[in-house]
Amino acid sequence: MRDKFNLFTHIRRHILQYIVALTALILSVTISMIVPEVQRHIVDDVIVGGRGELLAKLLLLYGVLGAARAAFQYIKEFCFDSVSSKVVVGLRRDLFRHIQSLDTGYFDKNNTGEIMARLKEDIDKVWEALSFISMLLIEVVFHTVFILVCMVRLNGYMAIIPFIAIVSCGVLALRMDKKLDKVFGDISEENAVLNTTCEENIAGVRTVKAFAREAFELVKFRKHNDRYKELNVDLSRVFVRYYPFFNFVSGIVPLLVLALGGLFYIKGMFGITLGVITAYISYSNNIVWPMEMLGWLTNSFSEAVASVKKLNKIYAEVSTINDPEDPVVLDHVEGTITFDHVGFHKEDGHDILKDITFEVPAGRTLGIMGASGAGKTSIVSLLTRLYDVTEGEIRLDGVPIRDLTLKQLRGSISLVMQDVFLFSDTIAENIKMGRRHDISERTIRLSGKRAGASEFIDKMDKGYDTVIGERGVGLSGGQKQRISIARAFAKELPILVLDDSTSALDMETERDIQKRLKELNTITKLIIAHRISAVKDADEIIVLEEGRIAERGTHEELLRKKGLYYETYVSQYGEPEAKEVV
Amino acid sequence: MAANSIREDEELSQVKKSVTIKRLLSYLLKYKKTIVLVMFIMAYCVGVSLVNPLILESVVDDHIVTGDLKGVFILVGIALALNTGRVILVKIRMYVMSKMTNTIIQTIREEVFTHLQTLGFKFFDSRPTGKILSRVMGDVNSLKQVLQNFVITLLPDFCTVVAVMVIMIIKNPRLALAGMTGLPILIIGLLVIENLCRVRWQIVRKKSSNLNAFLHENISGIRIVKTFAAEEESLETFDELNQEHKDAFIKAVRVNDAFNSVIEISTAISIICMYYVAVHVLHIGAENVGLLIAFASYLALFWQPIANLGSFYNQIITNLAAAERVFEVMDLEPEIKDGEAVGEMPAIIGRVRFKDVGFAYEDGVPVLKDVNFDITPGETIALVGPTGAGKTTIVNLISRFYDVQTGTVLIDDTDVKDVSIDSLRSQLGIMTQDNFLFSGTIRENIRYGKLDATDEEIEEACKKVNAHDFIMKLEKGYDTELTERGGGLSAGQKQLLAFARTILSDPKILILDEATSSIDTKSEILVQKGIATILQGRTSFVIAHRLSTIRNADRIFVIEDGGIAESGNHAELMARKGLYYDLNMAQA
Repeated sequence: MRDKFNLFTHIRRHILQYIVALTALILSVTISMIVPEVQRHIVDDVIVGGRGELLAKLLLLYGVLGAARAAFQYIKEFCFDSVSSKVVVGLRRDLFRHIQSLDTGYFDKNNTGEIMARLKEDIDKVWEALSFISMLLIEVVFHTVFILVCMVRLNGYMAIIPFIAIVSCGVLALRMDKKLDKVFGDISEENAVLNTTCEENIAGVRTVKAFAREAFELVKFRKHNDRYKELNVDLSRVFVRYYPFFNFVSGIVPLLVLALGGLFYIKGMFGITLGVITAYISYSNNIVWPMEMLGWLTNSFSEAVASVKKLNKIYAEVSTINDPEDPVVLDHVEGTITFDHVGFHKEDGHDILKDITFEVPAGRTLGIMGASGAGKTSIVSLLTRLYDVTEGEIRLDGVPIRDLTLKQLRGSISLVMQDVFLFSDTIAENIKMGRRHDISERTIRLSGKRAGASEFIDKMDKGYDTVIGERGVGLSGGQKQRISIARAFAKELPILVLDDSTSALDMETERDIQKRLKELNTITKLIIAHRISAVKDADEIIVLEEGRIAERGTHEELLRKKGLYYETYVSQYGEPEAKEVV
Repeated sequence: MAANSIREDEELSQVKKSVTIKRLLSYLLKYKKTIVLVMFIMAYCVGVSLVNPLILESVVDDHIVTGDLKGVFILVGIALALNTGRVILVKIRMYVMSKMTNTIIQTIREEVFTHLQTLGFKFFDSRPTGKILSRVMGDVNSLKQVLQNFVITLLPDFCTVVAVMVIMIIKNPRLALAGMTGLPILIIGLLVIENLCRVRWQIVRKKSSNLNAFLHENISGIRIVKTFAAEEESLETFDELNQEHKDAFIKAVRVNDAFNSVIEISTAISIICMYYVAVHVLHIGAENVGLLIAFASYLALFWQPIANLGSFYNQIITNLAAAERVFEVMDLEPEIKDGEAVGEMPAIIGRVRFKDVGFAYEDGVPVLKDVNFDITPGETIALVGPTGAGKTTIVNLISRFYDVQTGTVLIDDTDVKDVSIDSLRSQLGIMTQDNFLFSGTIRENIRYGKLDATDEEIEEACKKVNAHDFIMKLEKGYDTELTERGGGLSAGQKQLLAFARTILSDPKILILDEATSSIDTKSEILVQKGIATILQGRTSFVIAHRLSTIRNADRIFVIEDGGIAESGNHAELMARKGLYYDLNMAQA
């Protein structure tokens, strides 16, 4: 099953409202064709014909028609507005769901600001096209056809002029669309870049201010803001090249009708009368606005089409990490993790991990150490299937993780990430995240306490209901880490992964948390750390170097080896005393 | 501190409508020449459309009827020429208009963005990024149409209405009055709709901004969402916000779409009144039916621009909320700003003094109380203590991210408040816990520390912090493209890059706020060795929890309860067996 931009499914879902909208549209156009007739009757019958008694009736009819048209117009507009907003809700949801399903690789390559621009601006363009643009387009077509029919019935030969005019407007619209398409594509692209520039400036405000780079940021912003403007002016250059022709063509139609009609009349051809000419002219005047409108509509339509193209590009991305077709379902996850000769390299062939083999039996603890970039976090990313292994296999309770659903796999692992990310929401909501519906107030508080977070949370005005800012700004690094540890604790899952997640804690808090961790002896733990104190009690410790396991063993064994682990120990604590080594 | 969440609507200060409109107009008034030109062109176009029927009439009455084919062609030729002229002028009009409105949009966006740069952390911390972003982008964009129509609708249509009104009154005051009976209904209708809609459109904007905020967080936090298998949950939240936005929109258009109907009804009433008056009051008969027919077309001429003005008014109401949101940001006073007569910070030598410094983020909750210290140039100071004790606050006051409430912060002999923020911060090297990398190459990211740095200097800085080796292992080395926040690199690697960036800036005072927490011990030692030489003679502040990082500091301040509880070097403090000793034992 592949996701795609599926406009018609959503339109079909609301087809009834579309039909109502179209009916109202047709009725309101029809009424506007009748209204001049009523006026003509008033003039011809009542005033010229002197039949005063008809006036009341005709005026009443006029009033009724006016009221009906007002009503139909309202129904038409409201229906188009509301139905299109409903369709767009569906389109936006589809796109969001699709984007969310993409693998991490996609997000490594695309900036937040750009993805946001697609979900907001580009969808908004489609929205515009669906609401008033399509409404007007239908109205224009309907109106034009109606009048053309009238013209042909009046005199077929003379109709050649409006026909030529309409065809040339159509051709013009197509040509303009082609030119506009590129410019709109560029604008949409630049909009995404501008969005990214602003987004980064806001999200990275601390860095900007730390370097006093406001002026530089402004230069960067200005470059894109100016280009965005230039592109918009370019757009109007294209539009200006074509649009006045719509104006021109529609403007000369009555004149040409007059010239041709005059010629026919004077030469006595095709039975043209003065009345026919007059009627033709008033009809011609009536198709002026639809033809002019066509220019505007083409413009807006091209814009939407350019956006749809961008959206289709996102839909063309497929996640390489998916649920298996026939997933194995574990009734109960014990928590035994096996890495079997696991290797991982990036698309460019650059090796990240090579030949990693270990097994952590359920309830045991594995400590992982190693230099920055040695591949520690990659082990976690592979275990949670943020990426897939390129060699070997990872098993959970003996089942290859590729055979499990992502939900079961990820739903068995609680992770505390190195890069703490909190949402601007209440602390309670942040802790509940992922299991919003079934985590009790009690569990929240308990895990807050266990993570050593309750003391500062309780000091806050609203306690656990305090809203924290995006990324937890306003909290110190240690406080954020504790909330994110509480978030993992609250899930009470069989596997707990701590990725360098106590680095910002003061020593006392860290010691408390280590103690708590030890108490959780039924849970399988993977602890990545730089501090010896965090891993020394693990059942096994592996030390990574350039993607390989360089050393492994318990704390004591590793100290005796006097290798990398020992060096780290020395740099943190100094030479171990003899009794400790033994 | 109170923050705005994704779900909550932002509070918007209530501004008078006229104030906002005037402010929008002030941007247009800078383009008087363009506007005059556009007015002339529009006058010509109106002229042509008025002459067109006269020509048509003359062609039929004077030439076709008399069989004068030559006359027909001459007049049609004249009309064609007039129309061609119109096409050219319309081209010019559209182009200059587009240039003007796009330039104004560009200006407004630049003003908002520039102003944003002056605002302090308080502003940024109290609301999600996506909401700020939506003011700079979406809200500004939606002003374009309004600006355009100020020029092409407001004045020309207003003039047309007045002109037609005058003609009608001159021709027949009673008939004219009858033809305008719908006007009061129209005005009342528009006012009612406006009153109902204004708040509704504000809500739509707020909902849209909420959605933007959610998208921003969810996309930047996608890894967390995925690892917690929270996709369904976030889809739920998305659905809620998406629906709320839609519902708010439908609620607004439900009233708003009555606009055209009100115009329709008032037109119909006016025409009915006109015919009634014509027949029953003025007793117009066959002999002066021409007047009535003329009046009918005048009425059409009268009501069309009124409808335009109505829908323009409607557009203003719809987009006023956007303008308000934009101007609100522009009007925010930066909490930290340069004083009236600021000087430049002289080249920093490195003495840092706190004199009786007190500070609170929120009134009544003091974070620092009477902090005093004096640091001699070249000293390395480590700040330790429990989280929330005020360590970060101390360094934030040095870099003037916040202003002290009591006491003074002096660098060398200068009060930091007396010099420009720019001249102060550009001499400091501040590395926070939150090291943001921008999208761009590694090289560009490091160059952020010193904009005119050569490639050699950049490599030099990377070597100093031990980042060079891993960068060279990347396929494209320094030209590797990073996405924002450095996707693809490990946290430790990102910290190293941020470190290189700071080193490159050649700071006189270095502030490291848990800046090396993700770097492994071995790299950290290398980093420290690497920068030890360049830091000689420079003052530095280090906030860290890792003992190995702290141990070598010249002095260690133990911060507790908003004050310095202990100070001294490692050996002294260990000997004292106080707080520091306890902390130390915890990690052993």
